[in-house]
Amino acid sequence: MLIFEESRPGRRARAQAPLTSPDSADLPAHLRRQRPPALPEVGELQAVRHYTRLSQQNFSIDTHFYPLGSCTMKYNPRACHALASLPGFLGRHPLSPPSHSQGILACLFELQEILAAVTGMHAVSLAPAAGAQGEFAGVAMIRAYHRARGDLARREILVPDAAHGTNPATAAMCGFQVREIPTGPAGDLDLQALQAALGPQTAGIMLTNPSTIGVFERGIQAVADRVHQAGGLLYYDGANLNAILGKVRPGDMGFDVIHMNLHKTFATPHGGGGPGAGPVGVAARLAPFLPLPLVARDGPDYRWLEEADRPQSIGRLTAFGGNMGILLRAYIYARLVGREGMGRIAEYATLNANYLFTRLVAAGFEPAYGQRRASHEFILTLRREVRELGVTTMDVAKRLLDYGFHAPTTYFPLLVPECLLIEPTETETPEELDRFVAALTAIRAEAQTDPELVKSAPHSLPVRRLDDVRAAREPDLAWRPGRITDAAGPRGRSGKAED
Amino acid sequence: MPFIPHTPDQVRAMLAAIGVEDIDDLFDEIPPALRAGDLSTLPEALPEMTVARLMAARARADGQPLCFIGAGAYDHHVPAAVWQLLSRGELYSAYTPYQAEASQGTLQILYEFQSMMTALTALDVSNASLYDGASAVAEAILMAVRASRHGKVRRVLIPRGLHPRYRAVAQTIVSQQDIELVEVPFDPSGGHLTLAALEPLAAEPFAALVVPQPNFFGVLEEVDTLTDWAQAHGALVIAVVNPLALALLSPPGEWGSQGADIACGEAQPFGMPLASGGPYAGFLCCKQALMRQLPGRIAGRTLDLDGKPGYTLTLQAREQHIRRSRATSNICTNQGLLVTAATIHLALLGAEGLARTAAACHANTRRLVERLGETRGVTPRFHRPVFHEQALRLPAPAADVLRSLAAHNILGGFDLGADYPELDPAILVCATELRTNEDIDAFAAKLARVIATRSQARCPVEPKF
Repeated sequence: MLIFEESRPGRRARAQAPLTSPDSADLPAHLRRQRPPALPEVGELQAVRHYTRLSQQNFSIDTHFYPLGSCTMKYNPRACHALASLPGFLGRHPLSPPSHSQGILACLFELQEILAAVTGMHAVSLAPAAGAQGEFAGVAMIRAYHRARGDLARREILVPDAAHGTNPATAAMCGFQVREIPTGPAGDLDLQALQAALGPQTAGIMLTNPSTIGVFERGIQAVADRVHQAGGLLYYDGANLNAILGKVRPGDMGFDVIHMNLHKTFATPHGGGGPGAGPVGVAARLAPFLPLPLVARDGPDYRWLEEADRPQSIGRLTAFGGNMGILLRAYIYARLVGREGMGRIAEYATLNANYLFTRLVAAGFEPAYGQRRASHEFILTLRREVRELGVTTMDVAKRLLDYGFHAPTTYFPLLVPECLLIEPTETETPEELDRFVAALTAIRAEAQTDPELVKSAPHSLPVRRLDDVRAAREPDLAWRPGRITDAAGPRGRSGKAED
Repeated sequence: MPFIPHTPDQVRAMLAAIGVEDIDDLFDEIPPALRAGDLSTLPEALPEMTVARLMAARARADGQPLCFIGAGAYDHHVPAAVWQLLSRGELYSAYTPYQAEASQGTLQILYEFQSMMTALTALDVSNASLYDGASAVAEAILMAVRASRHGKVRRVLIPRGLHPRYRAVAQTIVSQQDIELVEVPFDPSGGHLTLAALEPLAAEPFAALVVPQPNFFGVLEEVDTLTDWAQAHGALVIAVVNPLALALLSPPGEWGSQGADIACGEAQPFGMPLASGGPYAGFLCCKQALMRQLPGRIAGRTLDLDGKPGYTLTLQAREQHIRRSRATSNICTNQGLLVTAATIHLALLGAEGLARTAAACHANTRRLVERLGETRGVTPRFHRPVFHEQALRLPAPAADVLRSLAAHNILGGFDLGADYPELDPAILVCATELRTNEDIDAFAAKLARVIATRSQARCPVEPKF
């Protein structure tokens, strides 16, 4: 039931609004609203119960193993939430003067320093509000760097065919042409194809390492040398930073610019799809172009660096400098984990992934890159099961939900057929990993004896398999007053597509 | 080991199962030359109790001043239920609802949010959020350019009276695609957009006109006239609105004869604490005809195998993971948890609660301006009606006045001089529903004293106290 359907005229959560409605008759009549908006009218208990019940229809890290490859669904420590929610932090206005900002600026400055040190970059800006905005900032800096040198011919960004969709989308958003580079059979970038693609039009290359295939790009030094020789820059997509945190630094691999996903590697919550935070780090030659604001230290005092301090900056990305509450959580996490803990994150994430990989392969599942060491994640292909048993990877993923596991990432990367990308993270116990192996093995057995059970999964969730085609063909994107809802679905205005 | 649960025995057994001696062997594909060297500059690990002490001191250091700054971030009451519900792990620690059947809670909340935002703006479609108000304006501009004659017109009119930070962010983002933002001056006495200022800029085609309501100065724009004018020139209208103000003010979908085409803005007034500037949530709504140009996630209602209603992410053919370099935007993860805050906040307040809150902000700011105006030389900078902010001319340098007030733990407004030298010395003040009469009186008394002290200090004879 929608909150709108629980609404009754005249009912309100009366504690939540001012007691009286002051006169606002001085607002000009022609600019005033004629009819009130159709918002629900509910009491406070109704609202609390409604949203509590809705929350119970979610899988989450706190309730389920969530091995969603490339998303690093690790435990979000409660201390990070509690301490970032102290009244002094929540009540601070973003435009407060320096006299009322030293506490938070100290945290942000130290976070910049920690992130720069652990990634081997010269300087860090915390401004990007998410990974995709970090990518945008990174590619915009590459563009600004070439332009500042008068090198206007560099119009092309290279992207591996296995890359996340954000990479080509970002390059296009920054006005670049995108050229894809194939991946070789062992999972490394095809160096010959790279060499052939490089030229005076090359602005840079966007790489994830370990790659989206879940293996370390062994030719990274050769890739870096060749791209640099061609005058291009190297962009590091930090999606998989959890695999190497404290073990290998992107700066040492030759990357000129990186972004990090603090909602992955630094354990900040995913919140049902954000907020994230996507700080960018750069080599010295790109530092003038970093997005604003930055935090600087002058003696004992901290201050913002703004346009006047950084005239070559690519500029601002959000009104107030980024997702501060998320940056605070990441800072708290970094202090809890500390120097000793950073390297352990990569070690145990890799241990868990390789253990799960080994056990699943021993159980008869086919690895996509069996001759390679897994990083913090790995790929299985279910092409044999699909061929022999007639169930799809999506069916298996949906059946996993019935077993109480969130499904791994499915059908990505695009170049491996019928694939599952599995990332357990370091915060899971081996017992949980064993249970996951048992579930996947049991589902395969079900597919042999009762394939319909798998094909029609899930069976134990609030809804059964949803009709995505109907959702896209007959978009129903908002409730409207007066609409009658029944078991067969909505009637009345459903917002038909006009294409 | 913080947040790593393995026992030594388990580690030994796992390594044996994998067939390696120790954990370091798992990194054997990484060239030794690349292994991280010195990490000694990183701080050492601290127990939670020590970090708690450190953070409490840092939070305390920033004081809890009496705040009369608005300028795009507003100190509103947040019902206790909002963040208590948000802190439930099922909402806090879930991810983007890729597996719809296991994410019905988040998906239904996104659908309810979209329903509430379309109701507030009187438009057909809403997405499920962007990063913040400023980035929403940038995405709205990109959307309008894509929609305009197949992206051929790359010129957008943007008022100088729009939030300076929003203009800066829009510039950062759209300049990458060589889109020209043409600044439209505000009327020097009204602070608003006029057709007289617009007409000379319409000689060349433009894809869209950005219309803020209210604008950065709190001033109300003549939205009907502006909308009709822009649409008569074949351009789209992008409304940038404070969504709380829409409880009292005409919604973008009803502006002029056709309604604005796109509405966007900052949802922070709905359940999001100031929190130094984020996380907040941008919103973006549009007419049906522009639906497939919308960037970002959208939740839709559909049916399951049994014909039972359910929710799923939809229209994904617009998005980066499907369309790659031809996507409407690179955005993926956005502000899901804050959308949840806004949805619960709106459910708790309803239309009546929202209207009361908006009216209280309006009345408090009116009272604030009256009280501050009792000090000689402090006068409204613009004569037009405002929502809940007002630009005030000061008889002394604004930075000095604000610094003196801050020393008394009052944040007395936003200094307009840096962004608008033509208005200097002037400040922008705001009093939300949380500021009491006593707060306002305290500010007025302190401002009077600060200005009196300054004018005495400028006397040739040293004043005696």
